[in-house]
Amino acid sequence: MSIHTRIVDDLIANDIRFMTTVPCKQLAGVIEEIDNRPEIRHVPANKEDEGMGLCAGAHLGGQRSAIIMQNTALGVTINTLATLIQFYRMPLPMLISYRGEIGEPVACQVEMAVHTKALLAQLHIPTYHFHRRSDVEELDGILKYCFMASKPVAILTDATFWKGELA
Amino acid sequence: MIRADILRDIAPILRDQLVVCNIGIPSQELYAIDDQPSNFYMLGTMGLASSIGLGLALSQSKPVIAIDGDGSVLTNLGTLPTIGNNGDGHLILLIIDNGSYGSTGDQPTYTGRRTSLAGMARAAGCERVVEIDGSDTGAALTEALGTKGTTVIVCKCDSGNETMPVIPLDPVTIRDRFMQVVNS
Repeated sequence: MSIHTRIVDDLIANDIRFMTTVPCKQLAGVIEEIDNRPEIRHVPANKEDEGMGLCAGAHLGGQRSAIIMQNTALGVTINTLATLIQFYRMPLPMLISYRGEIGEPVACQVEMAVHTKALLAQLHIPTYHFHRRSDVEELDGILKYCFMASKPVAILTDATFWKGELA
Repeated sequence: MIRADILRDIAPILRDQLVVCNIGIPSQELYAIDDQPSNFYMLGTMGLASSIGLGLALSQSKPVIAIDGDGSVLTNLGTLPTIGNNGDGHLILLIIDNGSYGSTGDQPTYTGRRTSLAGMARAAGCERVVEIDGSDTGAALTEALGTKGTTVIVCKCDSGNETMPVIPLDPVTIRDRFMQVVNS
């Protein structure tokens, strides 16, 4: 089973039926897999804060939702996370490509990578870093934790994880 | 005619519908004029009323009225193509376009100059877009409620606000009572 199938299986098993995405090269396979699954309505967003608004609406409509985005966009979502997702106490799994880590070819990506965990920590958002391929075993539990706590939760997935070189 | 006059006019129509209302004075006016558990008041997060409305319209079967403003739509313009390309929910985006940022002191927006939000919505792929005078809002809303799919109503009116108190409700209370109506 591909890592993309494995991830989307876990999303569906946790009743996530609405997903919004802003693409990243590292996340292309997962996004393609989402489009292959009739269980999930995929509404691509033009910006990540817009996407969080869509997810909030789906939550109000009674559907579990999630967002796929790149860590470089975390800055544009700070206000939305604080004043919408957290203030109204909504669950939101964020599957985030962690650009700017080991294996990164583009120097500019590092500039947001060095702030990523600090920003998430400042927002008190539970954060999990997938580095080894076996870290995906945690995904099911993280999703259950997210909906139990009704909080946004960040899953940072780095280049090493996607390459699958470390078990 | 200012926004509060329009909200007072359409309150009997809004009362029985799911309403997502824009941040600031619009929500304060709606709360003071006719608070309903079926109103989702945005207490923060400028620009996302239309996005929340779209996510809600796509996730359940009842019609959704998202009350937005010209300034808020301009701050989240990416919403228009998303609405234009995901039109199978029953969403009514009611943009009360008074050409100004009302909650911050009525500074002018570009819609009072050369920019047309109706034109932008059409160009973004929204199929049913109407631009009306504020006094015709009730009729346009009733027609849109009777028509499945997405309608964008750009409702032109004068700049100005009524002085209303800040909404005292806790956000979790707003969300909880709203979701109870959604599920009823």
